[in-house]
Amino acid sequence: MASGTQHVTEQLDQVIVRFAGDSGDGMQLTGDRFTTSSALLGNDMSTFPDFPAEIRAPAGTLNGVSAFQVHISDHDILTPGDSPNVLVAMNPAALKANIDLMAKGTILLVNSDAFDERNLAKAGYETNPLTDGSLSPYSVYEVPMTSITQEVCKEAGVKPRDAERSKNFFALGLVSWLYTRPIEPTINWITERFAAKPQVVEANTRAFRAGYDFGETAELFESNYEIRPATFEKGEYVQVTGNQALAWGLITASRLAGLPIFLGSYPITPASDILHELSRRKEFGIRTFQAEDEIAGIGAALGASFGGAIGVTTTSGPGLDLKSEAIGLAINLELPLVIVDVQRGGPSTGLPTKTEQADLLHAMYGRHGEAPLPILAPMTPSDCFAAAIEATRLAVKYRTPVILLSDGYLANGAEPWRLPDLDALEPIDPGFASEPNHVDDDGNPAFWPYVRDPETLARPWAPPGLPGLEHRIGGLEKADGSGNVSYEGVNHERMVHLRRDKIAGIAADTPLVEVNDETGDAQLLLVSWGSTYAAVAAGVKRVRARGMKAAHVHLRHLNPLPANLGEVLDSYAQVLVPEINLGQLSRILRAEYLVDAQTMSKMQGAPFRVGEIEAAITALLGGKS
Amino acid sequence: MSESNGATATAVPVTSRKDWSSDQEVRWCPGCGDYSILAAVQMLMPELGVRRENTVFLSGIGCAARFPYYMNTYGMHSIHGRAPAIATGLATTRPDLDVWVISGDGDALSIGGNHLIHALRRNVRLNILMFNNQIYGLTKGQYSPTSEVAKVTKSTPFGSVDTPFNPVSLALGAEATFVARTHDMDRAHMQETFRRAHQHDGAAFVEVLQNCNVFNDGAFEKITSRDARASMLIPLEHGQPIVFGAEGSERGVIQRADGSLEIVSVADVGLDALLVHDEKRDDPGLAFALSRLARGPYEPTPIGVFRAVERPEYGTQMSEQITEAQAKRGLGDVAALLRSGSSWTVD
Repeated sequence: MASGTQHVTEQLDQVIVRFAGDSGDGMQLTGDRFTTSSALLGNDMSTFPDFPAEIRAPAGTLNGVSAFQVHISDHDILTPGDSPNVLVAMNPAALKANIDLMAKGTILLVNSDAFDERNLAKAGYETNPLTDGSLSPYSVYEVPMTSITQEVCKEAGVKPRDAERSKNFFALGLVSWLYTRPIEPTINWITERFAAKPQVVEANTRAFRAGYDFGETAELFESNYEIRPATFEKGEYVQVTGNQALAWGLITASRLAGLPIFLGSYPITPASDILHELSRRKEFGIRTFQAEDEIAGIGAALGASFGGAIGVTTTSGPGLDLKSEAIGLAINLELPLVIVDVQRGGPSTGLPTKTEQADLLHAMYGRHGEAPLPILAPMTPSDCFAAAIEATRLAVKYRTPVILLSDGYLANGAEPWRLPDLDALEPIDPGFASEPNHVDDDGNPAFWPYVRDPETLARPWAPPGLPGLEHRIGGLEKADGSGNVSYEGVNHERMVHLRRDKIAGIAADTPLVEVNDETGDAQLLLVSWGSTYAAVAAGVKRVRARGMKAAHVHLRHLNPLPANLGEVLDSYAQVLVPEINLGQLSRILRAEYLVDAQTMSKMQGAPFRVGEIEAAITALLGGKS
Repeated sequence: MSESNGATATAVPVTSRKDWSSDQEVRWCPGCGDYSILAAVQMLMPELGVRRENTVFLSGIGCAARFPYYMNTYGMHSIHGRAPAIATGLATTRPDLDVWVISGDGDALSIGGNHLIHALRRNVRLNILMFNNQIYGLTKGQYSPTSEVAKVTKSTPFGSVDTPFNPVSLALGAEATFVARTHDMDRAHMQETFRRAHQHDGAAFVEVLQNCNVFNDGAFEKITSRDARASMLIPLEHGQPIVFGAEGSERGVIQRADGSLEIVSVADVGLDALLVHDEKRDDPGLAFALSRLARGPYEPTPIGVFRAVERPEYGTQMSEQITEAQAKRGLGDVAALLRSGSSWTVD
């Protein structure tokens, strides 16, 4: 190898890197580290971990490919990017599974050691793409990552088989050089993370340095790149995933309410990390209960709510199916309960690790009887924090189960988050009942569990423990006021109306939507909800840069819908609703407002690309710009 | 919740059955065994030294599940089979409460079987009373998971082919720390058994043989009727030889060389040869063998406490983990939590 080559460092405003390898190759870890060192440099970033449901599908096969895409930039970005500038492919399968994402002229960094006959066959290549000319549209860099890693580890006495596992750190080192990331944070992290296994620290550190040095010394690259820090608002930032932010939001809500959290949950992808995070945080007085099934998870949470705690259950679609029964009970009992559904591809087991937004109608209507409840959805990974607090606030204030619809993309995606001012967060008043609220026929004080607050229509929350407030509640229909069992028809209808009106009334307690319409005369309105926010906002920005006019409104509250939404929808000639489902929100908008809300549907286990939104807007606006 | 802790500092008021009875009209069929169980509980509560406001009755669905409406305590009539799960959340977050779960054979062993066994193995502080009438009553007479084989019901006109559960065997197999059986014809025995269940620190499971006079009348008549009891019920008493039957014709339980149990005439073997009941025995094997003595309610059937052993209670351990974490790390600090990863500042 020649040394001492002087590289030119070029400025880039952004780059999208995709790391791809076998499930066992540590691609998620590699991508995550690259993200963190970029965040620490002050870049804006957005990530998209894209991995299979199998823990380790047969090595070298397409089924086993795991990828992590990260978008870093010197300016404000919203999405993990449409098409990568660099693909790191650790084997032929990783190349084959991702090559279609790559535009002509982009960089392919391939681990040439893995392109042997056996791996090529496993990936279904008949000829070697490195030699058959099929990759000629790309800038291909063949790097013998495995053998160099083994070589540098040999000196430290690491066996080749063990050393092979450090090759992802070689890749990380090389990409770190290519994008001028500092090496110290990653070496410190390796030292800390693998502290219990000094040999692993040694191997990973050597591999990482070797990758970095390879970039520096091999006369392969003409230049490397720098992405300057983005301009952020002043403040303290952390890198956070949706699941982490959601767990932290629940903990914060517990503090704001002065009530302990009880999480009843059953492990399920992609929601389990919320259970993991909360179970680590016992110093906050949190009880986490890994239940025998999804039903017991929500049941126990509801029992805890009856006792005056904040009951929470976390799940994904298959679990939400099983929880329907208990959600119905919670609606009838009128007790606070937070239900987190981290949506994934369905139906049934579907696509466990891939994102989707197809549980909206389930959340709205997936129960027998008239059973309304508030639904809200976070818009970005960091917004899961505020959304969890808002869900808890509504649950407590209105004595109702609330469904929080996150999704797999938000759950695992990461972004920088400016830490909120905790002192500015509004306290949540549990407002427990403290005294009898009725006088019985004999003139004695009594407690009626279904006397309602005239403003919120919420009933009193009276956890056991206070004498004079003893009461029985249950799933049978109750008499208005007294809460005694009642099968009387007129009373039932009144109770159905009361439960409906209570939830509908929440619209007066939640923000009006704000339309982003730069010139105020756009004819087309895009409606986003949940994680479609990012691609829609970015797509609208792009078409505006091309001189077209499009307005954007984002819905955080899906039930009840914001009070001014009908008026907003009516003021646009065209309404387009991009959704990762077959058109569930547009169906609701049509039913509620009689507007011709058009559906833009995508169900490929991945979020919209900005280019797709841009193309849809362009098509709708036709020649109008 | 702090109010309740304050309230327990004063003496428990003296109460009577009336104080523990709600104003709701009891709506079970006339003659139902549930009436005597309700009376036994309402009359026992004043003796337990507990407060109404710290007592919760929780149930699922079925005839038995109406029970909470009739108790003047806090209560919840929940959904089918789920009461042990709901009660687990309540009991673990509110260790100051006395939580009773009222269930039936369909509720606890069919739709709720999973929740029951897990509440038992976790050893959550719950008093679980399962009224076993070997039939579905509220849905008007289908066979239950404890109905005998060949049971002819509306849903099994040709006779059921399902092998029934033995509730006591099931509870023992589910690692229960307290397992007992009693019946609706003997108030004193019920109250003594419920009292023992209440004293137990952990999950207590009590099977109550209960007559459904409408859909399964006389299911337990051969063993619980006044005339039959002496010769057909085998009272289990800790530290005592297992013996039953009228004076002069006593029978008892011996353990054979191969470990199995057998009912023999005391006159034949002598009192010293009989098995001495040990409810605190760590190995549940003998308790299980006792639960298998009768194949159905037509053979001599053991009643009383089969097993009462100590094992750490679930909610207590959960609370201890929190106390330990707080002692080690201090009370959680949200500001520090949000900075638990790497953070950076933009000026």
